[in-house]
Amino acid sequence: MRLALISDIHGNREALEAVLSDAAARQISHFVVLGDIVGYGPDPAWCVERVMALAKAGAVVIRGNHDAAIAEGGRDMNPQARAAIDWSRPRLTQTQRDWLATLPLTQREGEILFTHASAHSPGDWIYVTSGRDAMASFRSSDARVIFCGHVHIPALYSCDLVGRVHDHQIAAQVASGNALPLLPSRRWLAVLGAVGQPRDGSPAAAWAIFDRDRQEISFRRTAYDHALTARKLRGSDLAPAIAEALAERLREGQ
Amino acid sequence: MNQTRNPRQKRPHQGLEIDGFTLGEMLHRGGFATIWQVSHPDHPRDMVMKVPTILDGDDGPTIVGFETEQMILPRLSGPHIPEVIAMGDFAVMPYLVTEKLPGASLQDVFDAVTDRRPMPLEALIALACEISAALHQLHLQRVIHLDLKPGNLMRRADGTLVLIDYGLARHLDLPDLLAEEFSIPMGTFPYIAPEQYLRSRNDPRSDIFALGAMLYELATGTLPFGQTVTLRAVRRRLWQDPVPPIALRPDLPPWLQEVILRALEVDPARRFQSAAQMLFDLSNPTQVALTARAAKRQADGWRLRLRRRWQMRRIRGFAPPPDGAGLPDQATDQSLQPAVLMAAVDLAPEMEPLSARILQAMREVLHFRPEARVACVNVLRSARIGLDIGTDQDGNNLHVQRLVALKAWGAQLGLPEGRVTYTVLESSDPAAALIDHAGRIMADQIVMGARASSSLRRYLGSVSAQVVAEAPCSVTIVRLPARRPEHGRPEPDRPVSGFTPTPDAAPDHASPP
Repeated sequence: MRLALISDIHGNREALEAVLSDAAARQISHFVVLGDIVGYGPDPAWCVERVMALAKAGAVVIRGNHDAAIAEGGRDMNPQARAAIDWSRPRLTQTQRDWLATLPLTQREGEILFTHASAHSPGDWIYVTSGRDAMASFRSSDARVIFCGHVHIPALYSCDLVGRVHDHQIAAQVASGNALPLLPSRRWLAVLGAVGQPRDGSPAAAWAIFDRDRQEISFRRTAYDHALTARKLRGSDLAPAIAEALAERLREGQ
Repeated sequence: MNQTRNPRQKRPHQGLEIDGFTLGEMLHRGGFATIWQVSHPDHPRDMVMKVPTILDGDDGPTIVGFETEQMILPRLSGPHIPEVIAMGDFAVMPYLVTEKLPGASLQDVFDAVTDRRPMPLEALIALACEISAALHQLHLQRVIHLDLKPGNLMRRADGTLVLIDYGLARHLDLPDLLAEEFSIPMGTFPYIAPEQYLRSRNDPRSDIFALGAMLYELATGTLPFGQTVTLRAVRRRLWQDPVPPIALRPDLPPWLQEVILRALEVDPARRFQSAAQMLFDLSNPTQVALTARAAKRQADGWRLRLRRRWQMRRIRGFAPPPDGAGLPDQATDQSLQPAVLMAAVDLAPEMEPLSARILQAMREVLHFRPEARVACVNVLRSARIGLDIGTDQDGNNLHVQRLVALKAWGAQLGLPEGRVTYTVLESSDPAAALIDHAGRIMADQIVMGARASSSLRRYLGSVSAQVVAEAPCSVTIVRLPARRPEHGRPEPDRPVSGFTPTPDAAPDHASPP
């Protein structure tokens, strides 16, 4: 069975649509959404509605810090993120807001753990950006494979037989979409890139396919009409400086 | 989590049953692994199980080497790769079950060779061709072996050469677990390339060097750099050149010395750029361009070596391979090889504009693939199989005539000798002959022409269409621009002037109609 792993949609309808249709073209019907459905992007309500439909069809959906901030206020966020959340909140229905608040922080499926940020104290939204961060996740869970998002830059870590953590150089594989085997001799942590706001220099939506039978992960990029998303941001009633900064990010993938 | 103390952990011994496999006799005990005969009720074939010898505690390189092999071997395919049947769980007992290859490795063959009794030339060349063909197929799968040596060459019952042991190999599309963890050079010292000493693990030309070292050994009975056992001694090959093989074996043809010494060049850029190019020279001895390498009769003097040593004192590495080898982006090219291009050209007078166009297309391809080699091919169509077509009515040898014309055509590419070969194929089926030849020389691309639509094509069928449909590689079809019909009148559909096809036509310039 193959799973489409998608994370950090951030209210970007065009990116989400492109990824879902790419997944459909690859005959993938199982989805996991690793949080941050809203924030930054111009279409929070549409994205939440679409993910709710995925959840209804059986998808695993995890709560991210932006999703949590809809109900909790996002007082610890940076001003830009917080402004986007404050703008998004009234655009969601009460049902959508309630649904976001009920999402789990982590979910375990057999030997796989899904979470938005570090598996170590998931509610504290710790970024996994180094082997040391990955080590904390490996220590706080006995899952063989951990999938998370939050960082917006794809990465792959492994923990070997003697407990050492390795940060694998996967930039090339991310670009080419090659299947990477998650060897049974190790434990693995994959950080997904962002669907709706990539920050690794490529504007294309980042996601991944996990083949459970073959135990292989393929990092994928799907091009989408980011210029349209940017136009929507600029045409919105977000503060112009913030809308401009968010729009520019999409074009550069930064 | 130190799983070596896991209570479920098993150790291999005769009679052990694991995942349905029963261990039989131990066939081999190597430095890093043991090999066992195994049986399984679901697999009636002969199989062996390789079990890494993991000492209690931390035995990094053995484990990572085994992980590397588990990662790479199942992704490989083809006749020169051992077939994987099962892999074991590290938590219980790591193992790899593959088909059993009969007999011992080619180490025996190499051991039988001495300076008094080197390998006969014919056998040596045949084996060299086999290894380079197998190596090319491996490289095409974006895998570099990095531990080529006699002990890693075996044969199937039908004689097919098989490259075994991928514990040090590198797959260019997968993370390099070994490089991520260890900084010591790995490989078998007498055979490893100088850049491997410099920690390079992404250059397919390292395998070319190892192949060169093996051929040197077969040709002379001695290793080019001696029985190297220390890293210090490996480093020496950065400046110390081997004694030219002819000095040790006077009957060695200069072209073969050229091939061997070229493979053993210190700078990968001066070696063959791919195993296919090496195969190309090994199978076309008369067309190998001889350089100073072929004429060399003794090793370089101490001054020259000292100078090279000085030059190499701070070297950190060599330029990466061209054509994206070792680079992350595989989309730019299906292979990591400099290409072998095959130009199929029709030399009939009425085809001159088209052959000029093919020449132009070849120049364009060579502009982007400056390392490529070119095989110029022409087909001499024999009317009927078995009919003697060697001479024309005046008794001139058609084959020779055609070869001369082909050489004149190819010379216009301006390639140095040794980068281009000329072959006239004789066949009643030009398309089949071209397809077959492309497969034999492992061409990456065929460039050929197609006639504009004509009734001739209906008579003869389209050679180009058949080649496109059946060729083992990419095919570029060159066409002359369609002539614009004058006064809006379509051009009459007629045979090319001066050529009337008849069944059983006399030998005809056949190729791309």
